Amino acid sequence: MVENRPWVTFFSHAILILGVLAVAFPLYVTFVASTLSLKEVMQMPMPLWPGSHLVENYSQALTGGTITGSRASVSHMLFNSLVMALVIPLGKMAISIISAFAIVYFRFPGRMFFFWMIFITLMLPVEVRIIPTLQVITDLKMNNTYAGLTIPLIASATATFLFRQFFMTIPDELAEAARVDGASPMRFFWDVLLPLSKTTLAALFVIQFIYGWNQYLWPLLVATDESMYTTVIGIKRMIVGGDSTNEWNLIMATAILAMLPPALVVMLMQKWFVKGLVETEK
Amino acid sequence: MAAVSLRDVRKSYTPELQVIHGVNMEIKDGEFIVILGPSGCGKSTLLRMVAGLETITAGEIAIGDRVVNNLEPKDRDIAMVFQNYALYPHMSVYDNMAYGLRIRKLSDADIETRVQKAAAILELGKFLQRRPRELSGGQRQRVAMGRAIVREPQVFLFDEPLSNLDAKLRVQMRGELQSLHRRLGTTSLFVTHDQVEAMTLAQRMIVMNAGRAEQIGAPLEVYAKPATTFVASFIGSPPMNLIPKDGKLLGVRPEHLEACSASEAMLTIDVDLIEPLGADIIVYGHIGDKDSARVAARLAADAKAQAGKLALRYAPQNVHWFDPASGKRIDS
Repeated sequence: MVENRPWVTFFSHAILILGVLAVAFPLYVTFVASTLSLKEVMQMPMPLWPGSHLVENYSQALTGGTITGSRASVSHMLFNSLVMALVIPLGKMAISIISAFAIVYFRFPGRMFFFWMIFITLMLPVEVRIIPTLQVITDLKMNNTYAGLTIPLIASATATFLFRQFFMTIPDELAEAARVDGASPMRFFWDVLLPLSKTTLAALFVIQFIYGWNQYLWPLLVATDESMYTTVIGIKRMIVGGDSTNEWNLIMATAILAMLPPALVVMLMQKWFVKGLVETEK
Repeated sequence: MAAVSLRDVRKSYTPELQVIHGVNMEIKDGEFIVILGPSGCGKSTLLRMVAGLETITAGEIAIGDRVVNNLEPKDRDIAMVFQNYALYPHMSVYDNMAYGLRIRKLSDADIETRVQKAAAILELGKFLQRRPRELSGGQRQRVAMGRAIVREPQVFLFDEPLSNLDAKLRVQMRGELQSLHRRLGTTSLFVTHDQVEAMTLAQRMIVMNAGRAEQIGAPLEVYAKPATTFVASFIGSPPMNLIPKDGKLLGVRPEHLEACSASEAMLTIDVDLIEPLGADIIVYGHIGDKDSARVAARLAADAKAQAGKLALRYAPQNVHWFDPASGKRIDS
């Protein structure tokens, strides 16, 4: 739309700026709090300019956690979160691309039945099946292990469905041409399907990385040992009770640390991510 | 290079749904055969059965002296060019052509020689490092052909390869296909619904209708002596006029009709549509009321065509007779 109405421009910009402030201000306050000493944070009102304790707070959080609350070091939590945020998307991608390949390119008995089975699980969020899943994991003695943290979250109807839809848009002739060229099904998968799925894989990775990183309920149940805390759980465990006993400066530093990796992944992979969502290389 | 035999080839998807009703044909080594028919007649299915992409319900297909019914496409020594080209979008032109050879584990040097040779024939040398999407339709078509050529197969299979091109390019590619076949002399099967492609490319053609081969023969022979009313009305533009007469069907091509005086008239039409094409004029009209047979006549460009009654005559040697019930030709 090409329009030259100054008031409309002014008005729309004002709304956008308000929106940015609403999102950015809490983040800014979090950052400021993470640079103050505990005493400064507790002042009423809290100062709105960064203080001088940035290095001190972050190194305390990274190495020793909080002093009054959980003493698990945030650096180890970050590592746990990273394991979760990498294993979940990679596992999901590996399993779902192969199952979608089977469903789209092979005719086997019960093909549609299995597809609908997978599809129906889309309707069941993790929270609904969390008690039975926890029971299974406990019986298998997988509490407080990386396997227990990640495996139940790997099986994914969403990703299978996404790949199925993508494969259906690839013309059948491509598979036939590969067959005439002498490529076996797996060769076709490696040489043609996988390279064509690159952008879809990238988009899925970004989404699932954030999904894995932000998991809260599941690690809360499975990771009861301090050494298995993820960052998100760590923040929760640092908050011990009444307002006065919480070291908000350290908690805020941890919060900032927890926010950085997903933000970095989105920024670094943005080009691929957008490509995967809007276009396919065909 | 090899001969191809189709022996009573049949295809059905379910017992009730039969799509190919027994096609018989001996294709000679090096012959260029066109399979022509309207959409849904089973011509692509027949080609895909030769390729091995569809199973054969009954009958036999042999390439050379091998029956290939149960062989995978890769073991049939064929190469196929698809309607939408089916190029691998993420590979360069070079890799597209080399892919099949790499799977066959040819040496890199061999692959290089073959691809370069094919690229030279098809004038693709400049484009070898490009991706398919950076090429025009005609160039993609050539890459698809290059992918077939490098394999040096016994038989080329073409599935409507020109139908995605614009009219001008189609004429050009038709010429290139002809010269390519002259040069390589590989047995070729070419599926199309375009009668001009069939007439110009084919050494012999199969006209198919509803899963049956209506006629097999050289293009001019098929044109001159159509075996059935279907062939008569499918080939030629406008198609042959079919007029009921004495319990039979009289067939006469529009170009064999000429205007004459009322006293010499062998038939009279009521002209209601005139199409001047420059080189000639085509007039259409019914021979009687609205439900009677409609006739087209191709008249000389200088003929004075106007709506109303038009007297026409034809030479007796240009007349064909068909049986109205079976549609088969009656040779007198």
